[in-house]
Formats: sequence, C-alpha cells, structure tokens
Amino acid sequence: MADTTTRAKVRWGLLDVAVVVFALTPVLWIMSLSFKTPATLTDGKFIPREWTLENYRTIFATDQFVRALINSIGIALIATTIAVVLGAMAAYAISRLDFPGKRLLIGVSLLIAMFPQVSLVSPLFEIERQLGLFDTWPGLILPYITFALPLAIYTLSAFFKQIPWDLEKAAKMDGATQGQAFRRVIAPLAAPGLFTTAILVFIFCWNDFLFAISLTSTERSRTVPVALSFFTGASQFEDPTGAICAAAVVITVPIILFVLFFQRRIVSGLTSGAVKG
Amino acid sequence: MAEIVLDKVSKKFPDGTTAVRDVDLEIADGEFVILVGPSGCGKSTTLNMIAGLEDISSGELRIGGQRVNDKAPRDRDIAMVFQSYALYPNMTVRENMAFPLRLAKLDKETIAQKVEEAAKVLELTALLDRKPANLSGGQRQRVAMGRAIVRQPKAFLMDEPLSNLDAKLRVQMRTVVSRLQKQLGTTTVYVTHDQTEAMTLGDRVVIMRGGAVQQVGPPQELYDHPNNLFVAGFIGSPSMNFLTAKVEEGTLRTALGDVPIGDRIRRELEGADAPRELILGIRPEHFEDAELIDEETGRRGMEFTAPVDIVESMGSDKYVYLSVEGERATSAELEELAADAGAADFSGAGSNLVTRLSAESTVTEGEDRRVWFNLEKIHLFDPSDGRNLTLHEGRAAGTLAD
Amino acid sequence: MSVNATPAGADVAADGTDTRSGRQAVLPGQRDNRGGKPPLSENKRAERRLGWLLCAPAALVMLAVTAYPILYSVWLSLQRYDLRFPAEREFIGLQNYATVLTNEFWWTAFGVTMLITVVTVAVELVLGMGLALIMHRTLVGRGIVRTSALIPYGIVTVVAAFSWRYAWTPGTGYLANLFSDGAPLTERASSLAIIMLAEIWKTTPFMALLLMAGLALVPEDLLKAASTDGATAWQRFTKVMLPVMKPAILVALLFRTLDAFRVFDNIYVLTSGANETSSVSMIAYNNLIRGLNLGIGSTMSVLIFITVAIIAFIFVKLFGTAAPGSDDGERR
Repeated sequence: MADTTTRAKVRWGLLDVAVVVFALTPVLWIMSLSFKTPATLTDGKFIPREWTLENYRTIFATDQFVRALINSIGIALIATTIAVVLGAMAAYAISRLDFPGKRLLIGVSLLIAMFPQVSLVSPLFEIERQLGLFDTWPGLILPYITFALPLAIYTLSAFFKQIPWDLEKAAKMDGATQGQAFRRVIAPLAAPGLFTTAILVFIFCWNDFLFAISLTSTERSRTVPVALSFFTGASQFEDPTGAICAAAVVITVPIILFVLFFQRRIVSGLTSGAVKG
Repeated sequence: MAEIVLDKVSKKFPDGTTAVRDVDLEIADGEFVILVGPSGCGKSTTLNMIAGLEDISSGELRIGGQRVNDKAPRDRDIAMVFQSYALYPNMTVRENMAFPLRLAKLDKETIAQKVEEAAKVLELTALLDRKPANLSGGQRQRVAMGRAIVRQPKAFLMDEPLSNLDAKLRVQMRTVVSRLQKQLGTTTVYVTHDQTEAMTLGDRVVIMRGGAVQQVGPPQELYDHPNNLFVAGFIGSPSMNFLTAKVEEGTLRTALGDVPIGDRIRRELEGADAPRELILGIRPEHFEDAELIDEETGRRGMEFTAPVDIVESMGSDKYVYLSVEGERATSAELEELAADAGAADFSGAGSNLVTRLSAESTVTEGEDRRVWFNLEKIHLFDPSDGRNLTLHEGRAAGTLAD
Repeated sequence: MSVNATPAGADVAADGTDTRSGRQAVLPGQRDNRGGKPPLSENKRAERRLGWLLCAPAALVMLAVTAYPILYSVWLSLQRYDLRFPAEREFIGLQNYATVLTNEFWWTAFGVTMLITVVTVAVELVLGMGLALIMHRTLVGRGIVRTSALIPYGIVTVVAAFSWRYAWTPGTGYLANLFSDGAPLTERASSLAIIMLAEIWKTTPFMALLLMAGLALVPEDLLKAASTDGATAWQRFTKVMLPVMKPAILVALLFRTLDAFRVFDNIYVLTSGANETSSVSMIAYNNLIRGLNLGIGSTMSVLIFITVAIIAFIFVKLFGTAAPGSDDGERR
C-alpha cells in the first residue's frame, strides 16, 4: 500500500514538474535575455554567461519607456476602479434585487464578453477622432471599462450571492442603521470579492494590445505593450532586444506578484465568474 | 420587558397575495409564545413584522403599550435569533456578542462585563476568542442566543433557531432555551414548524395556516380540544387517524363499524344543510388491545377486528399499524397537512390506522386482532369547513355526549 | 442569438429609457404606468427603481461603447472612405463587401484564422483537460502547480510573444539552435506552428481553470461508486466525469473559440503578418491603421462580427450550450 502511494506520488510529482517547466520556460527565457550583456545576447544559451543590469538602466533612462509605464499604470488603475465600482453596483442589483430587465443586462454583458474587439477598432477610431478622444487616456479607458464590465459583473455577482444577507437583518436587529449594517457587516464580507475582481480586471487592462495600438499614436497615451513593439533601443543602431526584454520583465513583475500572493483568489474568481456565470 | 399586542395585523405582498390576515394576538409580559404551522403559513412573516424587518400593511403593533408600526428595528429594543444564526463571520464570538452593545454606545467595561456574564450563562467563556467558522453547530446556536440576551431587550424573537441542529442536540438545546427564558423572564416569540417544539416549549401555542390564526392556547388544550381538522392533524405525533363516516339512520357508518352518537351530535346533524358525510378523528393512544380492557372501561368505547400490518415495539408501548378497508378521508386541510409532511405522493393503498397499544399486548404481525377504542375521546369534523362538531364550549367530549 | 444581439440590445435600451422617462412623467400622480398589472407597492417600486439605477451606468457604458459603434461601423462600411483621400468619400452600397469578399488576402486571412482557431482550441481542450486533472488531483505541490499555471494566463501576451520570437530567432534563441538551421519565423508553415504554440501556451491554463471548475462538480462518491461497479480509470473518465462536465466543457469551448478567433497580438509580434500569416483581425487592423481605409476596415469589422455571431449561434443551437447566465434566476 505504502509502495503504491509512493509510486503515485512520484508519478504526480513528475507531471507537476512537467507543468511547471512548460509554464515557466518562456518567462525565465525572457528574464535571462534581459540580464545578458550585448556581447552574449546572441549566444543562444538559456542561462546568461555574463550578468548585467545595463538593459534595465537603459530603459528607465529612456523617456519612451517611463512614459509608457506611467500610461499603463494610470490607465489600468483608473479603468479598473471605474469598472469595479460600476460592476459592483450592477452585480449588487443582479444578486439582490428583483427588477425587469435583469436578464437582459446579463445577456448583454455576456454578448460583450464574446464580442470581437477588432470589430470595434474601426468605428471607435473614427468616433474618437471626431470626439477628440483619440490618443488620450479616456480614449483607452472607455473600451477597457466596457470589456472589463462583463468580467466584473459575473465575478462580483457570484461573490455577492455567497454573502449571507441574513446578516444585514441581524445587524438591524442588533440596533444598526442601514449605513452601519453595510459598513460594519456587509462591506468587510464583500471586500475580498471586490479585491479579487479588481485583480482580474487589472490583468485584463494591463494585457490589452489591440486597442492600445489602434487608438493611440504618440507617447502621450501609448501603453507598455505597444511601446515594446516600437522599441528601437537607445540609439538607432543598437539592437533593442535587451531593452525589450528588460521592459517586458518589468511589466511582468506585477502579474507575478499577483499570482504568487493571490493564486487562490484568482482561481476562485475566474472559475466562479466564468462557469457559474 | 414588555407585552406585545398584534391588533388585526395583515401583510399583503405587491403581487396581491396576502401572507398574513387579521392576526389578533396579545402576548403577556414574560410569556413564551410559539408560532407554529406548515411552511408558507405566515408565521415567519408575522415574526418579521414584529421585528420591523417587514412593513405592516394594515393593523397595529404595540410593544410595551407603544405603537411601533413605523419604527425601525433598532428602535424597538428587541433581539432576534435567526435560523442561520447570522453570526458575523469576520468577528470573534466576543465581538459578535459585543456588537449590539457597541452600537448602543455602551462603555468598554460595561460591554466586557455583560459579554462575560452572557458567556457564562451559555457556557461560551472558553470560546470567546474564536471565529464562528471554528465552532460547531450547537456552539454557533449558543452564540446567536448570547448575542440576543446580552443587551437585555424587551423581547426575544426566535426564527426556527433549532432547525439546523441534529435531532439529539435539538432536544438538548430545547431545554436550554426553555430554562433560559424562564430564568430571564423575557417575553419571547418563537417560530417553528416542528409541532414537538411547539408542544414542549411554549406557555401558549399559536397555530397558523394560510396567513390566518387557527387556534391559540396552551399546548395541552390544543391537543385535547382542537378547534378544527387542521389543528387536530397538525398537533400530535404520530398524528391523529382520520376516517370517513357516513351519517345513516342515527349512527355513523365507518370502516370500524357503526359508531353510536349522543343527543348533542344528533341535534347538530338534524339541520337541513347538515353534512351527510363526516370525518372521524381518533388519536393513536385512544386505541387499546381488546384483551387488556376491563368491562368497565370497555363500555366507554367499542371494538373492531382488523388485520395487523406492522408492529413497532417502543419499549414503553407498541405502535401497531392496522389495515382497514374503505376510502381515506379527504379534505383541503388534510391534503395540506400531508403535503407539509412530504407524504402527499406516498400514501399506499387503502387506509392505515396507527394505534398505540400497551406494551403488554401480545399482538403479532399478520394476525387479525380485536382492538378497542375510546368513544369519549373521538372527534367528528365537517369536511367542508373542518369545524370540530364534538366541541362544546371549547371542550371536546366525544360522540356520545348528551 | 448573437446575430440580432445588438439590435435587440439597442431596442431594449430604448425601451428601458422609455420606461424610465415614462415613470418619471407619471410619478407625481402616483399612477401605475404598467397598464393591466396590479399596482405595485411603494416598496416594490423602490426596489425596481434602485435596480435600474444601479445597473444604468454599467449598461449605458457597455451599450455606448459597443452597440453604437457597431451600427456606425455598418454605416461606414457602406461608404468609400479613405482618410488619405477624404474628398472621395461617398455612399457606395455593398461595393466594399464585394471588394473584400472577392479579395484573396481576405480569404487567406480567414483560412489562417480558422486554422489557428480549430487547431489551438482542439489542442487546448486536450492539454487543458490534462492540466485540470493534474491541478485537481495531484498529491504533491498543488499550490505550486496552480501558481505556475496562472502565470501564462496573467502574463501580457506581447511579452510572451517576444519571448517566443527570440526563442526562435536564429543565433539568439535556444529553440532555434536546437531544432532548425534556418529561420523558422520566415517560413509560412513553421511561422503558423509557432503562432499556435504561443497561443496554446498562453491560453491552456485558462481552459484548464474552467474545466477544473467543472471537475469540482463531479461528486467524489460517484467516482467511488463507479470504481466499485468495476469501471476502469478510463471508463470513469469517459462515462462518469465527462457527462457531468459537459456544460463546463461547452462553455469553455465557446469562450475559447471566440477568443481564438480574435488572435492578433501574437501574430503582430511574431510575424507582423508576413508570409501570409495574417489573421482577419490583423488585416482589418492593417487596412484601418496602416492603410487608413475606413470603409474597407469597417467592412471587415462587420464581417468579423457576423462570423463570430455565427460561431456563437452554432454553439448555442448545435451543442445546446446553456448560455452562461441564462439560468440565472436562482443559480445558487
């Protein structure tokens, strides 16, 4: 018996290792490239022979990258905040109130989740040019909110449905006002769901490339993924590979931190929102 | 502490349904009143209206002589124990119990002292720093009680507080609730769908059906003198047996033979619109093995023979199931009761009598047995409205009464 | 379902707004605006009002940024409209559609997109199922596996695409040196294979997570019962787990298929669409942003929208995918 469990453990262990290697190799590879010196960059070795931080120094010295990083962070944070707030309002209504049009809202957000974003690129390009939103932060924030909302609504309504709303009544019986009941009982329970949703929405906004490259034209509002594709290096004649890799690693850091610290929450958020919703 | 008065209280929902209809109820200071009935009878809605969690559509609610219809729950000074316990998961037991006191802005020392006291009464002292997630069902239930008693409210409202516990613990907690209520002497309204809880706990029981009060009274009175078919069928376990009884030539034709009737019942049945078909109700304990009956007792009842289906020996007595021919009695009330018990679609063929005979009886499964039943304890109901015809001035006296 | 989605959505938006303004109009008189139905209690009306109020911002943003532009896109697609020659703007009916639909580049891109969609989704389903089983059942290091599997999901697609590009760049890349002498990203077949590899790497974890949620729905007792009934591991998988997981699988397939059809980032970074590796998203983008031809770009946008709608329709009709959320009522 003990023998079979040990064998089973070894077998699972090997599978686990395979998964981990498969998942991490491309990430480790781009990290490795970012630490290579220009001389060893093209040696094709997976592990750098000479380590350097030069590439990072380069990108943080260029206005192009710093500006894009600020744009990325700012746009993603604002879009996330708005999407989570609007999504929470709608999700509360969906999970707690009864009103005509509720199913319709669920249907519409489902459709938007499946919507081909590229279909919006042409009309939004034209509309935003007319409205003066082209190549501005709001010009990107708006479509991000739109496509993040279905995700936010589904995830949050799944979370809200798990909150035992009897507690609201209990708090009222214990002498709380509506406001106190919300602040001291419901809000602490809803916070983890809001936080998880915010992470998912942030990842979505942080990741976008299509809107960012179509609806921007200058450094004014270009985000990092787009800036990466335009990178030319410090001078025209320098190979940008090292710089691109360093920049890529920088924008991967927040994702890795999220995944490391909130793995459980991200998994529960994704699955509850996607399958039940 | 205070008395609670419901004066023609009704609740209408927006879709037009009436959940509670003209409930009149006076609950005395310190009294323990049980609201009982099948699901959907309006008992929880009534409780929620007393709590202030639901609006009162019409009528008046007074607590301690004061009209509170429009007061928020927090201004009524009453505490509630929920079926789900509704413990705040983000707070420890101590914080849960202190929550109402902190909202009432008491100073820290008083809060600490009151929580300690309540915890001692409910034997929660060792658990004060745990979170609800780390407590057993019974412990959570006690915390919910603790949170209610800690601020010494005018009244306790309990919404099926024991229904999430397993059977053994439920019996145990029943005595805890009962003792606590007597000790504190606080007016208590307790909602349950379990008639055993209703019988054992309350000073008075209110039986509800379809939003209306059927009967109010001490448990024994409801048991002995039910107003109607519904109350008779709802109270008692195993429940009362019901048989059809045809009125013919001054007697009642039943599957158990012809049942004689006394003058008073005869007069009831003489009217032109009097029912030709009645429902006869006999409680299981009013049967006895004919062999064990002395002549004196025997004269107060009558005997019949029926095949014995199943014998369940309980030690103290025997539950004997007899097969009798003839149709099963039907009425709206009985169907509702069956549906509530979950037996609506499982009735078997013919009808079955449940009897409770002495342990000394030598009855065996499969034989035909002579069985006696007490005519002074049987009830007759009008199937059209469920009224108990044997009731006279609130007292049931069997079919033979003059 | 999706085909008339936008018109329906727009209808309802109009309807919703009507009702709302209608309500305001009659509120002072306290008259119920919903004809034959019984009057609503104040409470119920307040609940409705609150529900609408809370949903309105989200609904308005979503409709404003999708419904209006897609209609506008239809309008643009009926015009000759090239930003380089704005003077020549005119209404030309369906001529743009004829141009696009008779263009071999469009059909090549369409074929590429279909190929990528079918192959990646099929491979992801198999790999994702395996990964889901590993994440669900593994005896050791479950946390580590789940954490590493989430990294491809979370990472920026462009970053991953660069990683793959450099891995296959001759000289620089560890993979290029390992597997081939030439430059794989300059040949069509190998380019497409690498694009699909990048897609599969990135999205298998998401597929696996969806499937894992389905796996969690399989009652442990059911599997035990099946093994006592003498089912082998494979039979347990096909006869017990798959049927229970079917709804989760279909939802995962639907989402992934539509998502795969939008493939853009990886192609942009890996090949820029060279050697006939463009997807429909890629050529729509090229026509619009590089070619500045709004008319043709919009035509492609509309065609892609219709294709996606057809795919969704097929899924819903043919496989009976319960549209997520359709069972909303009391789904918990």
